[in-house]
Amino acid sequence: MVNFIIDGKKISAEKGTMVLEAARANGIDIPTLCAHEAVSRSGACRLCVVEMKKGKRAKIVTSCLYPVEEGIIIETKNERVMNVRRLVLQLLMARCPESDVIRDLASQLGVDAQPRFAADEDKSKCILCRSCVRVCEEVVGVSAIGFSCRGADKAVSTPFNEDSAVCIGCGACAFICPTGHIEMETTEETRKIWGRTFKMKTCDVCGRYFAPEDQLKYISKKTGVPLKELAVCTNCR
Amino acid sequence: MKKATTTEAKTKEIVKKHGRDKSGLIAILQDIQEEYNYLPKEALSAVGNELEVPLSRIYEVATFYNTFSLNPRGRYLVEVCAGTACHVQGAFNLKDRLQRDLEIDCGQTTKDNMFTLEEVRCLGCCSLAPVVRIGGNIHPYLTQNEIPGILRNYRKQG
Repeated sequence: MVNFIIDGKKISAEKGTMVLEAARANGIDIPTLCAHEAVSRSGACRLCVVEMKKGKRAKIVTSCLYPVEEGIIIETKNERVMNVRRLVLQLLMARCPESDVIRDLASQLGVDAQPRFAADEDKSKCILCRSCVRVCEEVVGVSAIGFSCRGADKAVSTPFNEDSAVCIGCGACAFICPTGHIEMETTEETRKIWGRTFKMKTCDVCGRYFAPEDQLKYISKKTGVPLKELAVCTNCR
Repeated sequence: MKKATTTEAKTKEIVKKHGRDKSGLIAILQDIQEEYNYLPKEALSAVGNELEVPLSRIYEVATFYNTFSLNPRGRYLVEVCAGTACHVQGAFNLKDRLQRDLEIDCGQTTKDNMFTLEEVRCLGCCSLAPVVRIGGNIHPYLTQNEIPGILRNYRKQG
């Protein structure tokens, strides 16, 4: 066990725990957008910054990626941290003026949009945290989406912006997206995501549409469970 | 089973030469571009299949580096240096002249598929500024008046 201090509170946690988890386990809230338990961390949103003091030195670190150390002193809400966090939010607001999630976070911290950061009009709600790309690779395992280009043109897309042949329409990317950038249109029989329309399958027992056909085929192929067994929705299983 | 196209076969050959190792992806893409002057879509899919790397990862690499082009390029790539030294020596005038003479904008290819015009950052020979690289050949201390003759020579070479 490692002993350290967060916001004046003595805390001990397992070696390898990230500061963010240790803080949350002890009721200390640190705002984040991109940290999600389902995927690996990237520290992309930079909202979870805290001040880490070791000996005489204090520096700003991302708590979602910083493993706890013996004797460190973490401040999550002091003036220095809040200044950084406010700046990050101002920049995120400029990138995604349409995002309600970011606007709510900003209003909680009393941050207004800054005229010096010109608002982007073409980025929609994407903060480029790469959570969708990681969930598609790490959890789903198909890697249907990725980043394209770089710098100001960087965006999440399928290869060549075309219908992906490997996408199974599971919607994990839309689920994990912290700002709701990825759009998934669902009707009873179909689901449209990344420009491709997927046919939904009905449950063999109750007849309700419950999952895209391609997803069931993929699960069947990967797990070896016959497609017939998968054709029953979770409620009827 | 889909019939292997020639692009696919050629790509497989290139991948094989690099030992089917995914760490050699950039070298593979460079060789493909050497062959076709750009990265054909079928070639990227074939690389993905051969290396067992998802196409989305390969697309990330191919779009990240400016050296890779996903659109067909002409026979000769005309690169106007826009680095500091060349800019100071008036490379932008050369660019304007090339755009007028070739009747294309930066990033476009001439109708006869001979030239593709691109602006690049430093080519690493600032002492020769202003510089234009055409089909790999450096043209040092270039002036606007020399441009029509140089283009004519390349057209003659075919």
